[in-house]
Amino acid sequence: MSVKMKLTAEQQAILDGSQGETLAKVMETLVRYGELFGADSMAPVTSQYNHLVTSFGLKALGPVYDLMDKLIAEGAASKQPFSADPRPVDKNVPSSFLQDFVFRNFMYTKQDFYEDQLSKLGLMDRDAFTCACYLDQVGNTPKEGDVLSWSESSAVVYANSVLGARCNRNSGIIDLMGSVVGHVPYFGLLTDEGRKATWIVEVKTTKKPEAQLLGSAIGMKVMEDVPYLVGLDRWLGTLDDAARTYLKDFGAATASNGAVGLYHVEGITPEAVRQGRELVAEDAQVYVVDDAELQRVYDSYPVMWKDKGARPKLCFMGCPHMSLEQLTTWTERVEQGLRDSGRKKVAIPTVFTAAPAVIEQFQATPYGERLKKTGVVLSYICPLMYMNNPLSGKMPVITSSNKLRTYTTARYYTDDEILVQITKGGD
Amino acid sequence: MRQFQGRVVSPGKLTAKALVSHGGLNTLASFQKALQFGDKKATCGDQNNPDLYGKQMAGKALCLPRTIGSTTGGLVLYCACSMGRQPACLLFSEPIDSLAAAGAVLSDVWLEGEHTSMPVVDSLGEEFLDFVQDGMTINVLSDGVVQVI
Repeated sequence: MSVKMKLTAEQQAILDGSQGETLAKVMETLVRYGELFGADSMAPVTSQYNHLVTSFGLKALGPVYDLMDKLIAEGAASKQPFSADPRPVDKNVPSSFLQDFVFRNFMYTKQDFYEDQLSKLGLMDRDAFTCACYLDQVGNTPKEGDVLSWSESSAVVYANSVLGARCNRNSGIIDLMGSVVGHVPYFGLLTDEGRKATWIVEVKTTKKPEAQLLGSAIGMKVMEDVPYLVGLDRWLGTLDDAARTYLKDFGAATASNGAVGLYHVEGITPEAVRQGRELVAEDAQVYVVDDAELQRVYDSYPVMWKDKGARPKLCFMGCPHMSLEQLTTWTERVEQGLRDSGRKKVAIPTVFTAAPAVIEQFQATPYGERLKKTGVVLSYICPLMYMNNPLSGKMPVITSSNKLRTYTTARYYTDDEILVQITKGGD
Repeated sequence: MRQFQGRVVSPGKLTAKALVSHGGLNTLASFQKALQFGDKKATCGDQNNPDLYGKQMAGKALCLPRTIGSTTGGLVLYCACSMGRQPACLLFSEPIDSLAAAGAVLSDVWLEGEHTSMPVVDSLGEEFLDFVQDGMTINVLSDGVVQVI
């Protein structure tokens, strides 16, 4: 193939087949992918770990498993160990007999096979399945300035924005290929220019804006552009655990309701703290978010339930997976809500989802037992994978995740509304 | 007849009927039925896309601004091509996004056979999407020229 990109001698040799036909195709894929975005070179991947979006053994993804088999057969394992998105099935999550039958016999029949492939390719730990891989308990936390080959939109936007790492919004398979050759095309969010904000978002709300709602509003407005937020620092204070949790959920909403890969928050995120408004491009547009704008966005969400007045049958919290701080805070909130309503258990079957490593640490604290007493189920599942079939799609499910709302029929409520629903009756 | 000039992402010549989405294509949501439940027509399952929901995508010249949604998007397109359930071509009004680009390149590099082909042209401009309508005849030429009849 004719190559415009400047490759090193080693990269060119791989492309020419020095390490076999499969690796040559991997390099060709990355070069062609990068050249579409004007990349003129490849950058070395510098993070300790990678993260892959594909964690589910869907029977329908046979062509992906065939490609993985080719990589394994050629010894083309990842140069980095990696984590992957959450597992799609957990027997602890409430489901009907029919759902179980469909999950086990039609949808996720290749789960064990695929997990075995992932182990051969470089999975960092047998339980390294979470979308929030960057949390301390999981241990896949890139350093500022690290170049990544990650996918999973919520993880990419967190790594770029909160950790100051550098990663494009890669697709599944491309993520692994960058790790296999140890290089990724240099373009977009890897470059200083690509990290400049082309939007200033002025946050002028009268109270701390709901993270998932603010993220949704900004995502739908700026789509794939980089926003620089002014006025949010007033509500976040410093970049502590609570602020990181807020930005986790905010970022996931920007990435799923739009296609944001990086945001800057004045006074909070590392590049904004260091460079301030030098990060803002000269011709940046302005978007003002006030209470009325958030209400307008909230009111615009379609309700996808057939019976719009149905009583919710399930509540999912944790898309992306909840942090330890979030599990602790929510245990207290649910307990208080139940005390207020005179109930002992939640009124709607409720599932909190988190990384296996976070669950383990949480359950080692007294809060683990306290949450269990409220009737809330704690699971490592991916709510998206649970919902992504016609059977679950017909269920009236509620969530405070704007990502889950966007991709499924789940109905969005704010955190406060969710608390009322699950502790006071779900009417 | 109007003619639009774009950039060739994946080469190929063809004629097909247009299917138009004015919003972004949520790839995972749209191809769910095609991949998981054996729908060879690739009926669009994205309820949030009023232009495409319930319509057959396989074999159509899919005209759209960009793809959106999960970063599984590229591998979903790759699987659709591998199974022969892909659109006849993807015609983007905007420069291609990273997820669609991955799907296009993966399919072109790793799959063989006529049934897996999915030519892709991007940067056709806003006017292209303003003009083209469902059912119009699309000719994709080899140099990135797209004719709409």
